[in-house]
Amino acid sequence: MNDPAEIFRVEAFDLLDQLEQALLDLEKNPSDQDVVNSAFRALHTLKGSGAMFGFEAVSAFVHNFETAFDHVRKGKAQLSQELLSLALLAKDHIRALVETPEGADAEIGQRLLAGLEAASEIGGPDAGATSAGVAAQGEDDGPVTWRLRFRFGESVLINGGNPLLLIDELRTLGECEVRALTDDVPTLDALDPRACRIEWEATLTTSKPRSEIEDVFIFVMDEMTLAIERVGETVETPAPESAIKLPVVTAKPVQEEQKPLDDRRNFGRRATDNESTMRVQAERVDELMDRVGELVIAQARLSQLAQSAGDLEIKAVAEEIERLASGLRDITTGIRMLPIGSLFSRFRRLVYDLARDLNKSVELTTSGEDTELDKSMIERLADPLVHLIRNALDHGLEEPSARLEAGKEVTGQLSLSASHSGAEVLISIRDDGRGLDAKRLYAKAVAQGLIGGNEALTDADIHQLIFHPGFSTAESVTKLSGRGVGMDVVKRTIEAMRGTIDVASEPGKGCELILRLPLTLAIIEGLLVRVGAGFYVIPLSAIEECVELSQAARDTGSKGRSFLNIRGDLVPFLVLRDLFETKTPPDAHQKIVIVSSNEQRVGLVVDQIIGSHQTVIKSLSKLHADVTSFSGATILGDGAVALILDIPRLVDLGQSHEKGAKAKEKELAW
Amino acid sequence: MKTGDAKPFLMLGLGGEIFAIDAECVREILDPVPVTDVPGARDFVHGLINVRGKVAPLVDFRLRFGMEAAPATPDTRFIVLEVKLGQDTTFAGVIAEKVHEVAELSFSSLGPAPKIGMRWRPEFVKAIGQWRDGFVVVPNIDAILN
Repeated sequence: MNDPAEIFRVEAFDLLDQLEQALLDLEKNPSDQDVVNSAFRALHTLKGSGAMFGFEAVSAFVHNFETAFDHVRKGKAQLSQELLSLALLAKDHIRALVETPEGADAEIGQRLLAGLEAASEIGGPDAGATSAGVAAQGEDDGPVTWRLRFRFGESVLINGGNPLLLIDELRTLGECEVRALTDDVPTLDALDPRACRIEWEATLTTSKPRSEIEDVFIFVMDEMTLAIERVGETVETPAPESAIKLPVVTAKPVQEEQKPLDDRRNFGRRATDNESTMRVQAERVDELMDRVGELVIAQARLSQLAQSAGDLEIKAVAEEIERLASGLRDITTGIRMLPIGSLFSRFRRLVYDLARDLNKSVELTTSGEDTELDKSMIERLADPLVHLIRNALDHGLEEPSARLEAGKEVTGQLSLSASHSGAEVLISIRDDGRGLDAKRLYAKAVAQGLIGGNEALTDADIHQLIFHPGFSTAESVTKLSGRGVGMDVVKRTIEAMRGTIDVASEPGKGCELILRLPLTLAIIEGLLVRVGAGFYVIPLSAIEECVELSQAARDTGSKGRSFLNIRGDLVPFLVLRDLFETKTPPDAHQKIVIVSSNEQRVGLVVDQIIGSHQTVIKSLSKLHADVTSFSGATILGDGAVALILDIPRLVDLGQSHEKGAKAKEKELAW
Repeated sequence: MKTGDAKPFLMLGLGGEIFAIDAECVREILDPVPVTDVPGARDFVHGLINVRGKVAPLVDFRLRFGMEAAPATPDTRFIVLEVKLGQDTTFAGVIAEKVHEVAELSFSSLGPAPKIGMRWRPEFVKAIGQWRDGFVVVPNIDAILN
């Protein structure tokens, strides 16, 4: 992270996100000046820091982009849809430039700029006056004298701003005289040195246009009052009652001494970022989590020792450490949590692009952006959600004409929402399109041989068919979807995060997909069991019940039929000691843990059930990628490693054994 | 003593041979810790160990070089290496029957593995070097693990 270029990249990506959000906001509300300014600020900062860090290509491109956009800001050009989509493409180009300054295609850049320039001049009042490229400033007709009067927000110093720097910058524009108006500055006893109560008045003679004067204050524009008048125009400024010449005698800004690095970049950042945050590498947080996990394990050992030692003082210390360790664990888990809004905001662009490609009008609404989720999950959710959104736009929402026929608004609604429900997070993707057609799905599934023609399925069962590999109802394959790959991948990704997908659909009204996910991937509640000499963890959420393996069941098992009779239902079971080729003799009283996945049940036969266990999940290395029965590992209280059983895989295995057994039975019957 | 083209290697004994491992990728040397068996894993990575809160696979080079996996002795140690697996860098433990010392091997003393007359799969041997009075094997850890 010490590489300056890397720092710039991280910052640039943030700014580009900010720019993209602003551009997308403008799509809905093209005249919102605040948003235009926000986009402009992002561009301006990008240009400045790009040049500072030696990204000249970025800086040059952004400069021209900014010039075009400046016309919009000044009201010279209309913000057309065309300009917006060009601006979004330009934003993508900047991203490419930032990522690989050499690799980006300069020709594309040139084309984009030419397009931007053309689009930003259409309909502009002085379209002819603005010539191409850098020098497009206009209004250049010799030195003009301006009178300025400005006052910063009271908290400008607290926010890390330095009015003196801005005034110095103003002076670089031309001959300038600045007076401070101190009427508002209270007497010494009431003076708060952190509050800026001074107003300034300046007379500036410059050949630069008015916009350059405004640009000096661009980062504090939101919180200041600024009046600029051309001398000779009607002046209605009240005469200053007292005025002293610069240098102004004020209490030296407290903030300035602590923050020698105060510059315009910081200024912009502070203005937009109210919460104080810091950027930490994800790896460090992961490492912290590892260390905390280790601490919890060491602490468990200490508690055990203290308990057996019987020394009261040691016991007290052990308890204190236990309390601290569990607090530390909670906080560390909290650090890894991120609001899901960061993910949702990415989809605005996706929806915008898709809606254009499909010629559909779509309104995306999001809610529950504050819902927090483990960082690694947010990353893993991105791809499945992209897929579901594509599906909703492509298959779910109808063509505008079809919507009109169905008596719906032309603009389709797509809503993304997230909420907490107990220890789960629910993420819903809902559209008001045509919904799933159960009859059609059923017919298609029969045609594709996924189900027999005479099975009675509930609507919910039929809806689950869309997750079947190779299943697709789209008559034609489009660029976006219809290849019948994807939904099964989505389902698998979600299941790998120990989540589930529910489908709710009403024909003609729309479709809602609800993802249910655990809060974190890092820690689960598990049941510790023993098979032979090995210890294994079964995720508690997958467990239905534990029963004793009766002598009768084992006898039938030896005849090749391994079913349990659980209150009338036949449940297949797997003998883990056989599966794991355990060599030690089995315990006399074997137990069965009934687990379920996808509403299918399998019994797992173990030697001993030890108890519940807070399981910090550690992934297995690639060296064990070929091992299918385990989803990860964890570290037990005594420091030993235990494996975590991959329940969906084991259930599949058990169910396929069942089918195999049934087939064999049929053969025997012949 | 230190010459320009020499590099430190960790010398460890396995099945009567001496293996030289680039000391740069050695993280630490552990006394044997409990090993968790991974059912269904390939035999040379049949175990998992706890390395300071991280779960690391335990690799037995002997089984990759056609040697007998002898039981642990008081000299047995686990060497923790930082290795690259595809894109990821991860820790892996390696069983050593005896750890000798860290010694410098000069590049000029390292030769390619002979094409014939070798019992081992040639891709597992990066080079053969000379140390003290004998030969040492510089294993190709990437090839052994992947």
